[in-house]
Amino acid sequence: MAPLRTLRQVVAVTALNLRNVPHRPGASLVVVVGIAGVVGVLVAVLAMSTGFRHTLASTGRANRVIMLRSGSDSELSSGLARDQATLLVGLPAIARDGDGRPLASSELMVMVDLPRRGQTEPNNVPFRGVQPSAFAVRDEVTLVEGRRFERGVREVVVGRKAARQFAGLDVGSRIAFRDSDWSVVGIFSSGGDVHESEIWADAEVAMSAFRRTGFQSVTATLAGDPDGALPTLERLVAADRRLSISVLREPAYYAKQAKILSTLIDVLGYTVATFMAVGAMFGALNCMYSAIAARQVEIATLRALGFGGLPVVVSVMIEAFGLALLGGAAGGVLAYLYCDGASLSTLNFSTFSQVAFDFRVTPALLGQGLVWALGIGAIGGLPPAIRAARLPVTAALRTS
Amino acid sequence: MRYLPLVGAALFRRPTRTILTLLSVLVAYLLFGLLYAVQLAFQSGADTADARRLLTTARYSIIDLLPISYLGPIERVPGVVSVAHAEWFGAKYQNESNAFPVFAVDPLRYLDMYPEFVVPPAARERFAATRTGALAGRRLADRYHWVVGQRLPISSEIHPKVDGSLAWEFDLVGTLDAEDPAVQGNTDLVLINVAYFDEARLLGRGRTGWYIERIAEPAQAKTVSAEIDRLFANSPDETRTQPEKEFAVGFAKQIGDMGALVTRILAAVFFTILLLTGNTMAQSVREGIPELAILKTLGFSDRTVAALVLAEALCLLLFGALLGLAGATALLPGVNRSTGGRFPPLFVSGATWLYGAVIAVALAFAVGLPPALRVARLRIVDALAGHR
Repeated sequence: MAPLRTLRQVVAVTALNLRNVPHRPGASLVVVVGIAGVVGVLVAVLAMSTGFRHTLASTGRANRVIMLRSGSDSELSSGLARDQATLLVGLPAIARDGDGRPLASSELMVMVDLPRRGQTEPNNVPFRGVQPSAFAVRDEVTLVEGRRFERGVREVVVGRKAARQFAGLDVGSRIAFRDSDWSVVGIFSSGGDVHESEIWADAEVAMSAFRRTGFQSVTATLAGDPDGALPTLERLVAADRRLSISVLREPAYYAKQAKILSTLIDVLGYTVATFMAVGAMFGALNCMYSAIAARQVEIATLRALGFGGLPVVVSVMIEAFGLALLGGAAGGVLAYLYCDGASLSTLNFSTFSQVAFDFRVTPALLGQGLVWALGIGAIGGLPPAIRAARLPVTAALRTS
Repeated sequence: MRYLPLVGAALFRRPTRTILTLLSVLVAYLLFGLLYAVQLAFQSGADTADARRLLTTARYSIIDLLPISYLGPIERVPGVVSVAHAEWFGAKYQNESNAFPVFAVDPLRYLDMYPEFVVPPAARERFAATRTGALAGRRLADRYHWVVGQRLPISSEIHPKVDGSLAWEFDLVGTLDAEDPAVQGNTDLVLINVAYFDEARLLGRGRTGWYIERIAEPAQAKTVSAEIDRLFANSPDETRTQPEKEFAVGFAKQIGDMGALVTRILAAVFFTILLLTGNTMAQSVREGIPELAILKTLGFSDRTVAALVLAEALCLLLFGALLGLAGATALLPGVNRSTGGRFPPLFVSGATWLYGAVIAVALAFAVGLPPALRVARLRIVDALAGHR
């Protein structure tokens, strides 16, 4: 019956202990706030990299490919001549629509300077010239306001996130790039992916306005089973001496663009949180030690009555974990309320263009925050708990 | 000074508590030192900008090119002392895109434009005389174990050679460095000779990325900029000229508000510290009340006793700040070695120390003043009787 007795003692001592917590609000608050700070900062910073990664990871479909000049890792540094693009879209591994036209869009990409809303400094906003088939190829694109641009006219549709971040991109407004005025005629959504940071126009019009003679990429849907069509397409491209092209699956291409920046944010988040956690741990140690000191007589009395050392340790640990959980939850909730869904845009070094994305506070991140909180609680609670259990009963009883 | 033992006694009444508090202040300042260094690195472009330098880029997008023939007309603009130009090479090294920036430049014009770069005279001459020559930042050369005299195989993502190949090779003729660590970040690049580059490339010959102008008087920046842009207005290649600092600030804004992010994190850190040391101080004073009452009985004035309490807080925070910033100073060279030119050098500056000290004093007053005032108002009789 020994385990049962120990359990009963644990319950009794813990209950006694927890009833005591409200009498030491200052010290307990330090633990809670300290841990809330760690978890809040950790979750908020990681929510940023999670959101950024999500935006790029949700771009593209497994059955689509992007074709760039061989050796180029981004559209900006790529270049395809018109005749190369024509050859590429005509390849048999590329799907066709009901009328037999290839489901492929040859596109050019330029950067246009636009200030953020309420600012004046220019930002590199990606401007994509697309062929009419682009909307069929990327069927996730839907107009949420206005209409599509007309062929041959200086009209643009703007991604939802670009419209929110940058000035002058509302439907009906006009924007000036390089001796030409463009009308914003629509806002599109594409499921929160990277294209929502872009401005789209008719490729032919864009080409003449920006004085380009070629394209930078071809995005195409693979015919039939993508796992079979991709090797076929790669073989066809490699066999044609007129083409020096790399064929990349869209998800792989976009995921790669997220790597550098999201790693950088992750490193920042974990470094800061680690330091803060060490600081909070010292705070927790401090608090728990003074809690023990205040309860010396009480603990010694219990020990004198025959309570074991284990219930004392467990009760202190439960108090530490309880405070840590409270802090962790508070930090997580604060991070969620403060930044979940908040959008921002930054320069992605991989593409040298602006990407807008939302902070994403996911359940996994909140869980990670709680794990950190419990970890800090454990390290902060254990040494004081052991000291409490080892307290020499007679000496402790003599202190007043 | 003679009160120091009293402050010491108060601090060491409970050594564990004092040391733990000191450690959390230390950690907070360590973090402050590191984060502030990151923030400085982000604004280093603006901090190291020379008020006598202007930058001319294509008006509509900084990635557009400008004709090399603009050199002469810009040189003739009144107020312009000298002009240099550079173009983005789009380097890919060991299959890594943009592993480091490579600029195609006119060697002497470019090096003269940046007197803050340290280049050995022999290397400077070799760079000017070698068509396939390249100068590399010292930190980059260290990272990749390059030695002067070796061939440097660097691919371009953008510029094919006449034969269509993207693989280029240069001869490393020397290194460049800077004495000021804030400038050193600007030397994490490779310079190549535009004479060779322009002749060997397939496309875009006769064009360059941007111009840099040195002007006689910083006060003339606005008028000279406007004059340069007026020269090319309504041409197919219009320009935008601005002081170097303005350009750097604008570019940093592209990344977003890094400063605000760091400030918010630090606010969270210091708020926690405030609470923690505040709690420690309150505890310490509560326990010390009988002793403080005795001091008052012995004739210590209210003000002296309050000052003792405040001194205790000041000691904790200043000493913690000192250790924390010293720790950051000791830690950063290692961090810099491991990032080796991927990121500008991080360092603890004089401004960091100053800010740190100001924050420490402010925090000390915030946490020390309430208990100090309480002690000053304490009635000896009550305190000795145990009424708090």
